[in-house]
Amino acid sequence: MSSVGTSLKRKEDPRLITGRGNYTDDMTLPGMLHAAFVRSSEAHARITAIDATAASERAGIIGVFTGEDLADVVAPMPMAWVPPGIEVKTPERWPLSKGEVNHVGDAIALVVGRSRAEVADAVDDVIVDYDPLPAVTDPEAALEPGSPLVHQELGTNRSHDWSLGGGDVEAGLAAADVVVERRIVNHRTSGAPIEPRSAIADFRAGELTLWTSTQVPHFVRLFMAIVLGTSEDKVRVVAPDVGGGFGAKLQFCAEEVMVSWASRKLGHPVKWTETRSEHMATCHHGRDQIAYVRMGATREGKITALHAKIIADFGAYFGMLTPTIPSLGAFVMSGVYDIPAVKTDIVGVFTNKCMTDAIRGAGRPEATHMIEVCVDQLAAELDIDPLELRRRNFIAAESFPHEVAYGIVYDSGNYQGTLARMLEHLDYGAFRDEQAELRERGVYRGIGFSTYTEICGLAPSRVTGPAGFGLQTGLWESAVVRVHPTGAVTVFTGTSGHGQGHDTVFAQIAADRLGVSPEVVEVVHGDTGTGPMGLGTYGSRSMAVGGESLARAAERVAEKCKRIVAHQLEAAPEDIEVADGMFRVRGTEKGMALAEISGIAHVRPELLPEGLEPALEEHAFYDPENFVFPFGAHACEVEVDVETGKVEVIRYLAVDDCGNPLNPLLIDGQVHGGIAHGIGQALYEKITYDENGQLVTGTLVDYSLPTAAELPSFETDRTVTPSPVNSLGVKGIGEAGTIASSAAVLNAVIDALRPLGVGYIDMPCTPMRVWTAIQEARP
Amino acid sequence: MISESFDYVRPESLEAAIHALADGGEDAKPLAGGHSLLPLMKLRLAVPTLLVDLQGLPGLSGVQRENGTLRIGALTRHATLQDAGLGVISETAHKIADQQVRNRGTIGGSLAHGDPASDLPTLLVTLEGTVTVQGAGGQRVIEAADLFEDYLSTTVAQGEIITEVRLPALDGYGGAYEKFTRRSEDWAMVGVCAVVQERDGVVSDVRIGMTNMGSTPLRASAAEDALRGRPLDAASIAAAAERADESTDPPSDLNATDVYKRHLARVLTRRALTRAAGIEE
Repeated sequence: MSSVGTSLKRKEDPRLITGRGNYTDDMTLPGMLHAAFVRSSEAHARITAIDATAASERAGIIGVFTGEDLADVVAPMPMAWVPPGIEVKTPERWPLSKGEVNHVGDAIALVVGRSRAEVADAVDDVIVDYDPLPAVTDPEAALEPGSPLVHQELGTNRSHDWSLGGGDVEAGLAAADVVVERRIVNHRTSGAPIEPRSAIADFRAGELTLWTSTQVPHFVRLFMAIVLGTSEDKVRVVAPDVGGGFGAKLQFCAEEVMVSWASRKLGHPVKWTETRSEHMATCHHGRDQIAYVRMGATREGKITALHAKIIADFGAYFGMLTPTIPSLGAFVMSGVYDIPAVKTDIVGVFTNKCMTDAIRGAGRPEATHMIEVCVDQLAAELDIDPLELRRRNFIAAESFPHEVAYGIVYDSGNYQGTLARMLEHLDYGAFRDEQAELRERGVYRGIGFSTYTEICGLAPSRVTGPAGFGLQTGLWESAVVRVHPTGAVTVFTGTSGHGQGHDTVFAQIAADRLGVSPEVVEVVHGDTGTGPMGLGTYGSRSMAVGGESLARAAERVAEKCKRIVAHQLEAAPEDIEVADGMFRVRGTEKGMALAEISGIAHVRPELLPEGLEPALEEHAFYDPENFVFPFGAHACEVEVDVETGKVEVIRYLAVDDCGNPLNPLLIDGQVHGGIAHGIGQALYEKITYDENGQLVTGTLVDYSLPTAAELPSFETDRTVTPSPVNSLGVKGIGEAGTIASSAAVLNAVIDALRPLGVGYIDMPCTPMRVWTAIQEARP
Repeated sequence: MISESFDYVRPESLEAAIHALADGGEDAKPLAGGHSLLPLMKLRLAVPTLLVDLQGLPGLSGVQRENGTLRIGALTRHATLQDAGLGVISETAHKIADQQVRNRGTIGGSLAHGDPASDLPTLLVTLEGTVTVQGAGGQRVIEAADLFEDYLSTTVAQGEIITEVRLPALDGYGGAYEKFTRRSEDWAMVGVCAVVQERDGVVSDVRIGMTNMGSTPLRASAAEDALRGRPLDAASIAAAAERADESTDPPSDLNATDVYKRHLARVLTRRALTRAAGIEE
């Protein structure tokens, strides 16, 4: 009985929901000190003086440190990924500011003391004198000649230009009967995990242990060794339970460096846990792109060309991946459509705001939003039904693997299939009839669609790595399967789950291959000191890359088991199969359970076949040939109170295809969360700075994360188009819901408002923005 | 998000609480449910040196009806009011924030906090209730119209504690509270509370209060005047509601400009009156 494919309930949940989790901030070490940061109140300023006298003299304060104290931080904050082959102007960034601050919240000093309360008090006593500099927060203004410069030494706010395209876009647009041109703003958002960032560093006897709420413990270890001038073997990074990441914890953080540095300097463990306000102001944001899009089509609705000029607002600095984020969008700029010419031109811009970096989807939500909104805009322009227009342009199901105009090869797809399945749940004609009827009564409903694909399973080294797209490392994944003498199993993965359900689904993968229940498989992740090196969890890669590594490692253990069983039962190894919890001789009742086999492998090695090593442990490192491309069709129905502008999502239907479903329950969970994230951006969430660079949305009162009360009960379904890339046939699903959903919601809002003369509106569709659009459209 | 340090006492009698507040001086603050004060302290926007926790005081909780008056103990939780079947009073309490807040927050605390974006101050002003306060100088009663001075500022003096809130039961009136928010748990962008009485085919009494339209809860007097004496029908209501924002000057904020707030006040007034009147819109 296979466990894979069943909706096994999350193994981690009983522990987590009864308060027995172990998050970083739950931990206290003997002699532990606490850290807090003095942060800039200015968007842009030179620091002329820092007076820490009063703060230092407070009870319980051990020290106050500034950028001048960091002589033994031997390298600035490193980056992992820079688009290759072009000059990318890169500002130097240190864990504490060295003389200039470039956004509100920029770290200026570190206060270390005996309690969290005492350091919080002392922070208020550090007096910073600023010489204010002009600030710029609008990326288009930042590109204008004469704009204030975020980094004077770079001589420009324009970090780089980068393009990806194929086919003759200008010819395609010229040949089009209709060209839709839109300026589409994809505003700035926060990852806002429920657990804020937290880190504890314990440096003793020349070795650092860092517990940190991260998605990427191995990256943190490597980078920490670089900046502290030590070697990786002297650094252990542990991600204990992590309460959500959404990309916000795909970062090597200045704060992680500072607690490590302080622990080394002071000889005590040092803890830092950020406040929510600190998270909103200083943990990297996402999105913040302005796209100028031109989509051309024939009168019959065949798209001839697509061009996007994207202005990407990076904020003040680069994080690990910042300048590559918009490029990830360029990889899917053809969407699910067969478009002969597609080109993306990206302009990167610095502004006096917190840096942007990967947030759930990272570039693909922006691209997908743009494409899917434009398709609806084009449908309205051509007076063709938006679903019919999509069908006329879908890549043919039989043409996969399909190379799009700019050379990316989609591994598989059947966009007609997901759309057809969606329409089994949705009576589109009936909706249109009801919509017309309700409009007569002043009730404005709209429906919006998003048919998407995305590029995930972030790996293949050949594409992403130094020889390809400039990532400073190979991007592969690892697994170890260890069978204990009693038959219990521990698996280690280099991915680092933070809410996805890794403990459950990795156990299922191993269990099936070893003929045991997932209950006896323990999954270990997020500790560089116990598992193999891996690259972490992001880019919807854990199953497609990490899961495949585990399947391979487990297969190797199974192969060894088969040799042992064959030897014991005098059969050929190829006649041994895993069935009914046994390694069985095919066609017989004879067989052995894993516990028995492991007992022999560990306790009675003399019974092993000639030349076979004792014990049962195997590892695998897997670097896929290609990305994987999940896809789907989403529909959203909204009702707009046109008198107040308030939008309510009344129905959301998602049909996704992530290949073989390993655990449908977990997939639904990921899709639900993803949709909530996309609806959040479309209707509620927005990071807002005022023109002086002050953060206006610094708390969850102002930054409107939607709650369950704002969301409908989602309807989900699946089609199954296995990926040919990996043996599991899986594709990532962690980001798909977010990537797809914002466009569906926005298209629905516009569909509702079209009779009132509103043909386009930017996100987020807040009541005032919608109401204002309706007023402005009135004749 | 960590408050400055402070002292804390939890007296067991009203007298002891009043004493403690007096001894604590200017920077002593009473604490009830803590859902207004504690967030301000965590943001360091409020820095009391002493918190006098009132939650151990006996007899300050619950709702009693005395003739036409509801006597509501100051420590009565929003959740209690929400479930008390008291018409517009329960509706308003139910629309405060989320259930966790309603389980902790108290009517006395909310009124003493004096936030014009809060719901219960508007209810008090609309219903023309009173609060009873007790201090070292004895007991006094403050009319709703005299309670709210300015943003987060009331006429409850330092050292005084609200012990009771009295609201007229308004039997025979219809009532409704229309609260407009982005998320259900948010403070009101604008809220409108309306109660209306019809006698002999015309409106004999109408009271309309507005949340977050100024630095204190406001009455929509022009709209009230426009409706009083008119038939309680859709046309009169619509005409009156058009005057709801007269002589208001709401501050613009992140989610709403003054123009939009005034528009919302008109729309919500119409909706609240319509619902209070039991008319299908």
